[in-house]
Amino acid sequence: MSARLTRRFEALARAGRAGLVTFVTAGDPDYETGLEIVRALPQAGADVIELGMPFTDPMADGPAIQEAGCRALDAGMTLARVLDLAAAFRAGDADTPVVLMGYINPILAMGLETFTARAAAAGVDGLIVVDMPPEEDAPLRRAASAQGLHLIRLATPTTDDDRLVRVLDGASGFLYYVSVAGVTGSKSAAGADIDAAVARLRRQTDLPIAVGFGIRTAEQAGAVARSADAAVVGSAIVNVVKAHLGRPDLVDAVSRFVADLSAGVRAARKEHS
Amino acid sequence: MTDAPANSFTQGPDERGHFADYGGRYVAETLMPLILEVERAYEAATRDPAFQAEFDDLLTHYVGRPSPLYFAERLTEHLGGAKIYFKRDEVNFTGAHKINNVVGQILLARRMGKTRIIAETGAGQHGVATATVAARFGLSCTVFMGAVDMARQRSNVHRMTLLGADIRPVHSGNATLKDAMNEALRHWVAEVDDTFYVIGTVAGPHPYPAMVRDFQSVIGREVREQILDREGRLPDSLVACIGGGSNAMGLFHPFLDEPTVRCRAVEAAGRGVDTGEHAASLTRGRPGVLHGNKTYLLQDADGQIIEPYSISAGLDYPGVGPEHAWLRDQGRVEYVHATDQAALDAFQLCARTEGILPALEPAHALAHVAEWAPTLPADHLMVMNLCGRGDKDMDTVVEALGLTAGEAKR
Repeated sequence: MSARLTRRFEALARAGRAGLVTFVTAGDPDYETGLEIVRALPQAGADVIELGMPFTDPMADGPAIQEAGCRALDAGMTLARVLDLAAAFRAGDADTPVVLMGYINPILAMGLETFTARAAAAGVDGLIVVDMPPEEDAPLRRAASAQGLHLIRLATPTTDDDRLVRVLDGASGFLYYVSVAGVTGSKSAAGADIDAAVARLRRQTDLPIAVGFGIRTAEQAGAVARSADAAVVGSAIVNVVKAHLGRPDLVDAVSRFVADLSAGVRAARKEHS
Repeated sequence: MTDAPANSFTQGPDERGHFADYGGRYVAETLMPLILEVERAYEAATRDPAFQAEFDDLLTHYVGRPSPLYFAERLTEHLGGAKIYFKRDEVNFTGAHKINNVVGQILLARRMGKTRIIAETGAGQHGVATATVAARFGLSCTVFMGAVDMARQRSNVHRMTLLGADIRPVHSGNATLKDAMNEALRHWVAEVDDTFYVIGTVAGPHPYPAMVRDFQSVIGREVREQILDREGRLPDSLVACIGGGSNAMGLFHPFLDEPTVRCRAVEAAGRGVDTGEHAASLTRGRPGVLHGNKTYLLQDADGQIIEPYSISAGLDYPGVGPEHAWLRDQGRVEYVHATDQAALDAFQLCARTEGILPALEPAHALAHVAEWAPTLPADHLMVMNLCGRGDKDMDTVVEALGLTAGEAKR
């Protein structure tokens, strides 16, 4: 398995802090700008990069990420170009883990073996495929595993203890906890609910736990970072992209926002201890 | 199920909802526990005679079943070939076959203690049926409908509003059926506790394709009894239009293990299957995953879904039920297609020969009947599912034919 993710979470644990996972849609608003944004993320404080693979029908995404996908597709992004972008990023950054997130249909169109081989060659470390529950993901898991890619599973507030066993069987990299029942960019979960959920997950797994959905501000990211191993922010970053479309300060604006989130995450446990 | 040719065509899906490689449950984890709960509840309901009795009673006294099997005598004479029967599911309460399935799913929702109903709709027939039955049981109802479809099916929007449904216009994508289904799924993810999603066709995650098929199979079971009564033998062929495929599956399923009965489903060819403006997913699509199931989809080389096109809002969908995908590969059902123009011609033919204004969806089936029947002998028995009435399509047809009030087209 790709060691970058494991190394990164080990380093975070040694540093005594949670990580910041930043999601952007690959190639939003276009390939060149998208690549600039991704290249700026580690410097701004992102510990792990999630790259969205645009899809016409993202059924688990709210308006912000739907629109980002449309912008990227309109600008000519394809799954092959997403892999190009990942490779271009990796050429300049050997350490920051990259996880691709999206839906299965474009992957099936490329072919599971071709896709996983090309993703591994591009320096990708893991995959999150939203519409592949454990019941269906065996072929993808085999293909990913053969290329050393982590297949990251999702747990949600609706995942009960019995089902959690199934979700964790074959989970790898980290466990992504979707903190609210809803689509991306929806309302936020209460801090106490997240703490309780993370505690429940920890009783059943040693995998690092990243918490996402509904985290918009440095304060919210900090609250999550007190108990979880990482906070995931997506729609809020994508909204910054949207607010600065066509402006020369787009990449800077994203960097500033990510730096703010990162400060919130880094301060969390100091405040707490 | 294996990939080997099936001995029976009526035993699927397997316990994971697969028809060979098709079907399945490709949904976000948030929905999985709910999908599994629907499956358990449905299995329990099918074993409960009281559930079946309540379903049958409502179909008889509320929906008005059985619907007639009608010998289309003048159409038969006009076409000069096979003897054509219409299964008159357009005389059902609310004007289409959709209500058969809605009654079943809303009874299931009640068993599960759900208080809110959501649905997607294209032509509005499924939305109207859902709003109707929800009102009948005092359940709150929200219908997701593409903004484009709302414009071309205004009368159904009014009907749903009067029935007390909350209509949510969907503007994403082409603002048609596919986008309405995306939005309904997104809404469901956020409202998992009290909400039941009534899917209108034999697609979506397991158990929906099998469940909707079972509820719609009343159509084929009635045809079997009625044709044996009328003709003393089984039909030689069955014809139905197909978008998602619920009326076709309902008609075909009870006959799939009768090798002498040919089944043909008619896809919407729009402006032609080679124009790129059509909704013929089995004719021009490739297998992929959308809306929770693996099936034939209209998609580009990158796996992005291609926006479908049809004059008929109910057939304007880029996918098809997974059992149809399997039946296509097995060669058990033949999938053909008819253009907008052929459907409009058939619409007028039916109006003039039988005094029936069909919905634009079954007008596609009629278009194929008009092509196929004349090539067959007079003792060939053909049953076509007239699955909806045309009232909802008056504006579209009048505009497409360039008619103004009081003017008849020769």
